[in-house]
Amino acid sequence: MASRAPGEPDYQRLAFRYEPMAGRGERRPVIVVGAGPVGLAAAIDLARQGVPVLLIDDDDKLSQGSRAICFAKRTLEIFDRLGCGQRMVEKGVTWNRGKVFVRDEEVYAFDLLPEGGHRRPAFVNLQQYYVEGFLLDCALALPAIDIRWRHRLTGISQDENGVTIEVETPEGTQSLACDWLIAADGARSATRKALGLVSSGRTFRDRFLIADVRMEADFPAERWFWFDPPFHPNRSVLLHQQPDQVWRVDFQLGWEADPIEEQKPEKVMPRLRALLGEAAEFELEWVSVYTFSCLRLDRFRHGRVLFAGDSAHGVSPFGARGANSGIQDAENLAWKLGLVVKGLAPETLLDSYDAERVEAADENILASTRSTDFITPKSEASRDFRDAALDLARDCPFARRLVNSGRLSVPSTYRTSPLTTADRDAFAGPLEPGAPVPDAPIRIGGREGWFLDEVGGAFTLIVFAGQGALPDTDALRPDPLPLDRIVVTPPGQDGDPPLHARAVEDREGLLARRFDAAPGTVYLLRPDQHVCARWRSFDAAAVAAALQRAAGGEIGRC
Amino acid sequence: MLNTETNLPSPDDFYEELVALHRDLTPEQSRQVNARLILLLANHVGDPAVLREAMARARRGIEPAGGDATLPARA
Ligand SMILES: Cc1cc2nc3c(=O)[nH]c(=O)nc-3n(C[C@H](O)[C@H](O)[C@H](O)COP(=O)(O)OP(=O)(O)OC[C@H]3O[C@@H](n4cnc5c(N)ncnc54)[C@H](O)[C@@H]3O)c2cc1C
Repeated sequence: MASRAPGEPDYQRLAFRYEPMAGRGERRPVIVVGAGPVGLAAAIDLARQGVPVLLIDDDDKLSQGSRAICFAKRTLEIFDRLGCGQRMVEKGVTWNRGKVFVRDEEVYAFDLLPEGGHRRPAFVNLQQYYVEGFLLDCALALPAIDIRWRHRLTGISQDENGVTIEVETPEGTQSLACDWLIAADGARSATRKALGLVSSGRTFRDRFLIADVRMEADFPAERWFWFDPPFHPNRSVLLHQQPDQVWRVDFQLGWEADPIEEQKPEKVMPRLRALLGEAAEFELEWVSVYTFSCLRLDRFRHGRVLFAGDSAHGVSPFGARGANSGIQDAENLAWKLGLVVKGLAPETLLDSYDAERVEAADENILASTRSTDFITPKSEASRDFRDAALDLARDCPFARRLVNSGRLSVPSTYRTSPLTTADRDAFAGPLEPGAPVPDAPIRIGGREGWFLDEVGGAFTLIVFAGQGALPDTDALRPDPLPLDRIVVTPPGQDGDPPLHARAVEDREGLLARRFDAAPGTVYLLRPDQHVCARWRSFDAAAVAAALQRAAGGEIGRC
Repeated sequence: MLNTETNLPSPDDFYEELVALHRDLTPEQSRQVNARLILLLANHVGDPAVLREAMARARRGIEPAGGDATLPARA
């Protein structure tokens, strides 16, 4: 059967060489612990700002077995900024639609991206080892990143000046020092344990068989979820396509199931035959049995140690919020830590990482817990209402909106963040301060492109041009903090941008619509493409204040 | 606001119909019917404030003596 593309490395089996550390006594600005998706993304984002990063991992391989497959639009947009979005989308299976079946009847279908004019789809499915492999290729191209495999963190201490860690390697134990440490060492975080911290929450009493199956099949590239299907009565099943003719099948087993027995081919094959038909030909690629929990650390910043990804929080996979939210942690942290390391922002800016991402984790945990309550009811009453909703969904539209097979990952809006300036002027539409900005098709320098490719990495001032003269934004000089400036011109007009600004043509008028912008409207964006503040007209003092606020207070004076 | 004054035109008839709805059902089947009924009526009412008030009144006076099936997680 067809599998990997010719010439493509086998990311599942790649093993990386151990290399001893050069410059042992040297103190580094940042060490990232864990080369999973989150650690890799954080390291790349920092290195792209010119911050030298040491990335260590206890292992010498990429992700093993059945783990994340669904990567959301926002994550792909972040990968675009990091330089590997296109590869992810080319390799991945693009999907926007999902269907929910009760028994063998379709009761609910959803389209996660019903409108055009976005570069990226709602989701791609891509095995976690590809995601890590493509990120790693990006990281290896950046000289500011130093990667060391088979370096296991075993101890940590910190004071107000820095962090010291103990690292076990094939040649023995050594100490490493840094100013800041990002703990991206996953759900069983050794950093968390070494600091005596505890992540707490709830475990759901259920087990799921996750099987990755290689086969030729003609199911559409959609997320299909069954409650109580004839081929697996009284429980749920999820089917999803991955690249290389691999399909993810997820069977709910119940709490009583024996996790060891259930992984045996003689138990797995009949379950798959019941779904795929007696005649289907397939091979098992990977099988495992999981129990899921929702939990998080109280705080994600502990002095000079910053937790990101699964080390900080955990959710059930229904909703694909684990890796996706972890990548958002990494991007939220990277620009802030970059400014702090360069002395362009006060250390307290990092407290906003904690505030924003703890709130985001709670949002994800809430969504995940609600889905799990529906899939695995936690009481008899909860089961009664679940069964009632499923029954009514057949003929009552309202009940279809109650059916919850996973509410899929969407980015968080930092509405209440100390960095966000609330609207003073009136704006309509779904975009609000603290939200990531939507994409739209544009033209720049005569070629067609996408808005999100033009912003991010630095604070950006966007001015929507119209008939009148452009405001003179040049008076605004937040030196030494870099500020990008973009002038958006209406469709068909390519304006002459003022000094220090680039002109972007809103080629289909969608940008103005999605931003609810009129001529003169001004947006200030953060380096992570979230909205800091916006106004109906340019006001240098207001922009300066919002910028100062979003950069954690005293710009460049620390 | 939740209306707790008499709103049913014929209370005795309604009560009889409600009980009759469950005739010949096992407790399990009755629970199913009740759950469907609650969802249907809740959607019909629609107003979250009214629903919240009704839920609070329904729960009043009942000392929780159960738990749920989740387990504490610590890592
Ligand atoms: C069945 C399943 C399906 C899932 N599906 C999805 C999905 O569709 N979408 C989604 O977004 N998420 C999904 N997830 C969740 C996703 O896999 C995780 O959220 C994600 O891997 C977290 O990334 P991370 O980088 O924080 O941690 P990890 O991926 O766990 O990486 C941690 C890294 O740290 C290293 N490490 C550990 N200890 C040490 C140490 N002491 N010293 C040095 N290095 C160390 C590890 O080797 C590893 O490389 C799924 C998970 C499961 C189990």
